[in-house]
Amino acid sequence: MAGSEKGGSSMTVEELRDLAEKEQTRQSQFEYRILFCSSAGCVSSGCDVVKQEMRKAIDELGFSKKCEMLGTGCLGLCGEGPLVYVHPDAILYQRVDGAIARRIVGEHIGKGMKVIENCVDLNDPFFASQKRIVLENMGKINAESIEEYIAAEGYEALSRALSEMSPEEVISEIRKAGLRGRGGAGYPTGLKWDIVRKGVADQKYIVCNADEGDPGAFMDRSVLEGDPHRVLEGMAIAGYAVGANQGFIYARAEYPLAIERLKTAIKQAEKYGLLGNRIFESQFNFRIDIRIGAGAFVCGEETALLRSVMGRRGRPKVRPPYPSEKGLWDKPTVINNVETYANVAPIIRNGSAWFAGIGTTKSAGTKVFALAGKINRTGLVEVPMGIPLRKIIFDIGGGTPEGTEFKAAQTGGPSGGCIPKEHLDLPVDYESLQTVGSIMGSGGMIVMDNTSDMVDVAKYFMEFCMDESCGKCVPCRVGTKHIHTLLERITKGEATGEDFELLKELCMMVKETSLCGLGQSAPNPVLSTIRFFKEEYTSKLKAATEYSGDGHTNVVAKEL
Amino acid sequence: MPQTEQKKHPSGDNRFKLLDRAITKHHASGDALIEILHVAQGIFGFLENDLMIYIANALKLPLSRVYGVATFYHFFRLKPQGEHTFVLCTGTACYVKGANEIQKTIEHQCGCKFGETTKDNTVSLISARCVGSCGLAPVAVLDDQVAGKLTKDEANKRIKQWQEAKKEVAA
Repeated sequence: MAGSEKGGSSMTVEELRDLAEKEQTRQSQFEYRILFCSSAGCVSSGCDVVKQEMRKAIDELGFSKKCEMLGTGCLGLCGEGPLVYVHPDAILYQRVDGAIARRIVGEHIGKGMKVIENCVDLNDPFFASQKRIVLENMGKINAESIEEYIAAEGYEALSRALSEMSPEEVISEIRKAGLRGRGGAGYPTGLKWDIVRKGVADQKYIVCNADEGDPGAFMDRSVLEGDPHRVLEGMAIAGYAVGANQGFIYARAEYPLAIERLKTAIKQAEKYGLLGNRIFESQFNFRIDIRIGAGAFVCGEETALLRSVMGRRGRPKVRPPYPSEKGLWDKPTVINNVETYANVAPIIRNGSAWFAGIGTTKSAGTKVFALAGKINRTGLVEVPMGIPLRKIIFDIGGGTPEGTEFKAAQTGGPSGGCIPKEHLDLPVDYESLQTVGSIMGSGGMIVMDNTSDMVDVAKYFMEFCMDESCGKCVPCRVGTKHIHTLLERITKGEATGEDFELLKELCMMVKETSLCGLGQSAPNPVLSTIRFFKEEYTSKLKAATEYSGDGHTNVVAKEL
Repeated sequence: MPQTEQKKHPSGDNRFKLLDRAITKHHASGDALIEILHVAQGIFGFLENDLMIYIANALKLPLSRVYGVATFYHFFRLKPQGEHTFVLCTGTACYVKGANEIQKTIEHQCGCKFGETTKDNTVSLISARCVGSCGLAPVAVLDDQVAGKLTKDEANKRIKQWQEAKKEVAA
């Protein structure tokens, strides 16, 4: 209890180890640990009721000394919740309801017999093909307990960085590991930190981009809900490396549970002196504050996000200067995604060589994907970079539902593109995805089957970008509107071949002349669907000519 | 008691005391505008013009700045909400799984579009970009309760329940 006795003052490395040991001893008293998935997906599937039933059953049967119950991070199979994991037997139960919960207590905990009907096979490729770094604590620790995080080697990396490494060494370790930004663009993290470290200023800042705006992406939410301390630790290490003493987490207002868990985590870390002044008795001070977004997609763009942190409208500005030179209040600022920070502690703990050995030479490490759409197993998966797309969709995701055929996978949200089945063997890394006109993006992966109309999909994304355009620059504000109008005409069968040509031209213009990433990438879904599913566009044009009976358009349509 | 009289907020509305507390906590800094608008909306339900003027004065900001920020972000509401809120997720996963069908049905049932409130002030229809529960698509948030794997009929049923409950109260 070293930390709580000292109440807020800094903790020593020995005290951290004591705390870890104490917690491990506490956990080993229990024969069984029952872990509930406490992420938003399972919570909304009714896991609270299951929890109450199970609590009652445990009390009735007098097992409270034999097993403990706790909420953990996302267990992955989000479509099959509520999920319950029984440690140390490594049994995962899906679709648990009150009755099954009672049976798990009575049969599994009581007699050691598992409830076969609801068991998930953990040797299934869904689990076996994954490589977990960012998600390593999901299904292992209590999401709301700092002690359990510490017992799982938490804050070990921060203590090592502060006591054994210079800031330069931390940065060189991150550079050697080859960690690249997980927000989608893939900028080398070490390089970014180095620029900020070299900047001369009286104040520097660390910002965590948790404004996961891409529709269909929920990786960052799961990390923040399931393992918030990992992000705090990564930010503190970044702060030490660049010489910043203030961090901000910019989180979406749509994620109330994640914000709640973050607040709790910051309080706990402050109590143990892992955030605050003189961390681990060093000269390093670091504080983290939360800023809550207010529902603007453009705030995922870094300059817009920084303006929003300062209480302004989230409008991007011209780069350079980049945030690493002039960021928050014109001071050098590191801005990284949640998943990037979540990778920092494991790299410092296990060394850069270990991390660089995972994935491909240019894209090291793993990537978390949120699999959703027309796929058998929706959920959260973490895979090594360079894995073929086919493996993610068919082995891990179990393919499309019976009777339908895979058509395309959409990555990168409204800034990305659709990857058709010809490219299923493409390795998933930053460069390969770009060659087919898509991007890695933050990790949303939506699978579409033959019932999806690709022009409609493109229109859907364009409507999104049109609504979310901040309105500052003309190409994005006006261009997205006109692209949307053209797409609407195509879907209605009113468009001519000229319109189609205009659409392509307009897309290139918006892409090349917009101010920020939102506009520059907004035409991507249209361009990629034109590239791979051109006949879906042209067939609608032909239908239009028949409908209107206009000879001129007929000729143009044929020329395409 | 005279003492409590003294403690009352000059405006006569004690909710402003809560707001003042939040403003003081942020040192009346203009940089905390978004935080303060969140608190204000939490207390008052929506951002009335008078409320924005009050905040602008307290933070020493031009009113244009407060209004500009409040209107820029989707989360801030300038009109009062209905008794119930139906937030339909229109994220990609929900879209692929047929959220637009649900949208059409509900708009028909309520007689108003998303982004509006029914005439009798019972239901506010709000569309969300993505609530991050894509595993349960299509998803809606009904009065802060997440409903996953929603069907058209189920959505309709819930709206009807609200409408009928309202009628009963009126009767």
